Amino acid sequence: MISEIESGTDDCLVNKENLALEKYQDFLPSKIKREIWSSKFLLFVEDLSVSFDGFKAVDIPQFGIKHGELRVIIGPNGAGKTTFCDLVSGKTPPSTGKVYYDGKNITQMDESDIALMGIGRKFQTPTVFDSLSTYENLLLALPGNQYWQDNLLRRESKQEKNQILEILEKVNLSECRDIAAKSLSHGQRQWLAISALIISKPKLLLVDEPAAGLTDLETERTADLLMELAEDHTIVVIEHDMDFVRRLGQKVTVLNEGRVLAEGSLEEMETNEEVMEAYLGR
Amino acid sequence: MKPVAQQLVESKRSLVLLAIFGFVILPFLYLIDVLSIGQINMIGRYMTFAILALGLDLLWGYVGILSLCQCTFFCLGAYAMGMHLAHHGGPEGIIDANGWKLPACLFVVYPYDVGESSGDALVPFFWKPFWNLPLTILLGLLIPAICSFVLGYFVFRSRVRGVYFAILSQAIAVAGWLVFCRNDVKLCGTNGLTRFDIIAPAESLTTFHPENAKDQWINSHDGDMGQDLNADGKLDQLDYSMAEVGFSLSEPNVQLSLYLLTLACLFGSFFLCKWIVNSRLGRVLIAIRDDESTLNFFGYKPYQYKIFAFCIAAALAGLAGMLYIPQMKIITPSNMEAVRSVLVVVWVAVGGRGTLRGAILGALTVNLLYNYLTSEHDYGLFSWSPDYWPIFLGVAFILVVLYLPNGLIDVVDRLKARFGKNSNPIEKV
Repeated sequence: MISEIESGTDDCLVNKENLALEKYQDFLPSKIKREIWSSKFLLFVEDLSVSFDGFKAVDIPQFGIKHGELRVIIGPNGAGKTTFCDLVSGKTPPSTGKVYYDGKNITQMDESDIALMGIGRKFQTPTVFDSLSTYENLLLALPGNQYWQDNLLRRESKQEKNQILEILEKVNLSECRDIAAKSLSHGQRQWLAISALIISKPKLLLVDEPAAGLTDLETERTADLLMELAEDHTIVVIEHDMDFVRRLGQKVTVLNEGRVLAEGSLEEMETNEEVMEAYLGR
Repeated sequence: MKPVAQQLVESKRSLVLLAIFGFVILPFLYLIDVLSIGQINMIGRYMTFAILALGLDLLWGYVGILSLCQCTFFCLGAYAMGMHLAHHGGPEGIIDANGWKLPACLFVVYPYDVGESSGDALVPFFWKPFWNLPLTILLGLLIPAICSFVLGYFVFRSRVRGVYFAILSQAIAVAGWLVFCRNDVKLCGTNGLTRFDIIAPAESLTTFHPENAKDQWINSHDGDMGQDLNADGKLDQLDYSMAEVGFSLSEPNVQLSLYLLTLACLFGSFFLCKWIVNSRLGRVLIAIRDDESTLNFFGYKPYQYKIFAFCIAAALAGLAGMLYIPQMKIITPSNMEAVRSVLVVVWVAVGGRGTLRGAILGALTVNLLYNYLTSEHDYGLFSWSPDYWPIFLGVAFILVVLYLPNGLIDVVDRLKARFGKNSNPIEKV
């Protein structure tokens, strides 16, 4: 961010070697600017804002997620964390600004097309299909069968079946494979939602509060699973639970009132007065 | 334990029972004169309602779309078959200037322009394709399907759902009714299509050449006045349409065959729905019912699936209509009144929404009860009046909703669980 470049805070967009270029980015043609960005970031947003009845829920001039990064977004209630995810995944159209993913403008695309491009999303509350079994939930999440004509005749291949069984094993849901998702416990539903996200093989995962309502042990395991995933995925995690964030030990972005307040490690954030003020109120 | 979707769909035994009952026992009862042909005919008509209910159940029970215009699609099919039958049936009517026989039902309510007389009445162009039986059957399925596709494409794409769709579909039903009530559209207005008593598959396959068909026929009979079947003193196409007799619809054997055909179609529709529900697509349909917006984020486009289900349901309704009309021998716009479509919802709700068996059970039960309870009965102390029927239906509906939320099919399943050999209760989803 320009203001942050000037004030010398940490970079979200800028790294040191490109600093000279970034300084003059306002004078560069937007096309070149975009090319530079898309080589650096898997996802970046530009002047993104959305307002509901005049209230600006999100207002981010520039923000990017690098390839292979695991980024945690924290912030007080109503900071616009979930709204940010909504904007990226196409659930809410932004009032102004653009969202680029993999170098392409996805701002006006609808959510299913965005999902097909490889952005997976897990919601705050575990959204699973209640009447379907655990197995069937994952079956629907498998990529490559999203159009209706694909579904009428095709049955799952052996490989797909194994894939599902494997992931059920991994999240300890093997015994529940034929149980309707509505009879699962909250923790199991969270796991099922995460498994469905993983099995759909997105390039970018937007994970909204994965640890909400989980026991400490489950929280730990979720964190480990995310770390494991981070090896070959780009992940954005939104979380309230500070222990969970500490366990992930990754770069943290603090959102407040729809704006990026600060970025850095969790320790830095905990000593940042602005952040503490936003969290504790004034 | 079986996967949930398979549990959703039916055990085999009740199907075999229904097949034996329908194909063997009822015809047998008719042959030994326990049931009259009228009763067989009535059950046949109620089975067409069961096909209609199956379509709605696929739509409402599995996808969660409450459509209140299923009877409109039913009537589109019925009118298609009605036009076919009117072409071939009966000696009444006139020969128009093009040599086509103008059916009696259209002739009596023909919308003449000012100054026109009966000689100016013409068979409208859109009646003509229905001369041919296979084409009629095809159109009877396609017209409802295309209408529902157009409606679904605009409505589901713009994400109209839930109660808004229900209201919209109800409005469509009313609009359809108003259109069919008009004389100007040349579909016989409020009188409806009637006066047909022959189904003539063979005749319908011969290409109809109005300019020479009559002459050919008259020449081939060499002015034999014995062929003047309607005894109007001349040989003409009106005689021709009686002479090339197909099957009379009032013939008991024809009625029995129609009943068996309807039953076969009911099973066909059932297996079609079952196949859809059991396929992977069926799970997507259930997922739409559960949580449509989440499905978007897995890359699905729910509107495609909803349009598909809507078209299937409409085509089934069209099929039901086509089977209904030769058994009922009349179709009027009152069959497409808004309340009729709501009744279909009642059948499905009473029978058991979300199970295909339930839809069939509901349609047959409610209609048989309707048949019994809309006649007068004297029970000694208390005499039943047909006027009580709506009250009875209302009370029954409330009781089912209160005590049998899964519908009447729940009773069957509970009994089965209690007395069946393998007494594992079917888990309801």
